[in-house]
Amino acid sequence: MNPSDLKYSKEHEWVRIEPGGAALIGITAFAAEQLGDVVYLDLPSVGTELKQFGKLGEVESVKAVSEVYAPISGRVIGRNEEAIAHPELVNSEPYGRGWFLRVAVKERGELDNLLSAQEYEEFLAAEV
Amino acid sequence: MTKARLLYCLCLKEAILLEAMNERKDDLKRTPLFEAHVTLGARLVPFAGWEMPLQYTSILDEARAVRTRCGIFDISHMGRVIFTGSGAASFLHSILTADVLGLQVGRARYSLVCNEEGGIIDDTLVYRWSMDRFMLVPNAANTPAVLKWVSLWISDHPDAQFQEVTHEYSMIAFQGPDAINILEKLCPISISSLRPFGCIEAQVSGRDVLLSRTGYTGEDGVELILSREHAAHLWGLLIERGAKPCGLGARDVLRLEAGLLLHGSDMDVSINPFEAGLERFVKANEEGFIAGRALAAIRVQGVSKRLVGFDLAGRNIPRHGYPILDGQKQIGGVTSGGYSPTLDKNIGLGYVPQRYSTLGSQFQIDIRGRVADAMVAHLPFYSRLRGA
Repeated sequence: MNPSDLKYSKEHEWVRIEPGGAALIGITAFAAEQLGDVVYLDLPSVGTELKQFGKLGEVESVKAVSEVYAPISGRVIGRNEEAIAHPELVNSEPYGRGWFLRVAVKERGELDNLLSAQEYEEFLAAEV
Repeated sequence: MTKARLLYCLCLKEAILLEAMNERKDDLKRTPLFEAHVTLGARLVPFAGWEMPLQYTSILDEARAVRTRCGIFDISHMGRVIFTGSGAASFLHSILTADVLGLQVGRARYSLVCNEEGGIIDDTLVYRWSMDRFMLVPNAANTPAVLKWVSLWISDHPDAQFQEVTHEYSMIAFQGPDAINILEKLCPISISSLRPFGCIEAQVSGRDVLLSRTGYTGEDGVELILSREHAAHLWGLLIERGAKPCGLGARDVLRLEAGLLLHGSDMDVSINPFEAGLERFVKANEEGFIAGRALAAIRVQGVSKRLVGFDLAGRNIPRHGYPILDGQKQIGGVTSGGYSPTLDKNIGLGYVPQRYSTLGSQFQIDIRGRVADAMVAHLPFYSRLRGA
């Protein structure tokens, strides 16, 4: 199930606003399942400015490569080095230890451009 | 993530492109194990006109299971063609690179089907069940081309007949270090005494099977050909005894680690066996062999490009179609590539000019605009005898 406290993009990324106001970014369980075994995360370095819906990096799995887009604008303030070292975490815990980046959010209002968990599930049901 | 990129798959590119056009799904053939795959929750994809399991759980877990214990693969999609008659041996000798006349009863051999120019129509296994009875196992995608080639030449051999029996039989590969032990408990005869590439008619769990000590994974194991109605029984039984169901994804990972080529990716009709590094499967005597003259000439002249295996620096995966560079200049292309779970590094196959083909030669791979260093490696990348 997709956690209800997150916001989702139609490109299958999620955002979680942390108590301090920063955002965590990752890819959804659906995306991870579609990719299959993830073997490489190509993520931007700390300090990079992300633009909402702009390309942020790539995920490689055994059978596919996929671009990942930023669900929200902001500056990268942290990368999940554990997931970079152990990309299988993206498959096993896409909403937990498999997160990608921590971002200093530029514009909270951009969250309105994203889907709620329920809207995302409806989107998936219509799409797939 | 964009759907188009998500579905972009390399070694199984045909499968995934078809997946994107799923309106054609109705035309797909299903193996006798289709229901079993659905029950196991397999992800099914179109492959060479068949609806086949890509993976059941995880491609990497399935590949690791075969390296450490054992796994089973439904390979019923591969073609099966029986050749009979007093002229069957000389006919097969005329279309295959193997010395079929010298093939002993109870032996199988890896062989290529080449055209008059020496181009590789397909790679197959040929089994000799008796003096006058053979079986050929072409790739699923190439079975029509092989049958066409057979039909074209068999009239020169009036004492040879052939019959395609792909749909009458099922085929299961049982591979891994535990496979032989498990099988022996289900079988009245000794399997461990069967030599590699030996083949025998046997009974497994009371069912007649054509059994060969062959495979496409680099592990010990067998391939079993059996009547389609017995397939589900044997499949279920082997899982019960500890075999992990494995899909085409794991099969591709394992064959790449073992340095085994995939026709359609690593070679095709524009490539000859010397370029593909398969000259050891070409008989020296060109007599009575359709491709013999062309291949003898190529043997003398040499070839300008060679298939090599390479290790790649960095974490990006080399994939089919990526350019191979020397500095700014493109010198070749990647034909297969992937992450090797056994060796924990990225590996690939590709064609390069002869002078880049020696062990340790260096070049670069253009990975979607990023350049990664590669070095020619020993093939196979993985050998169970040598160890990883």
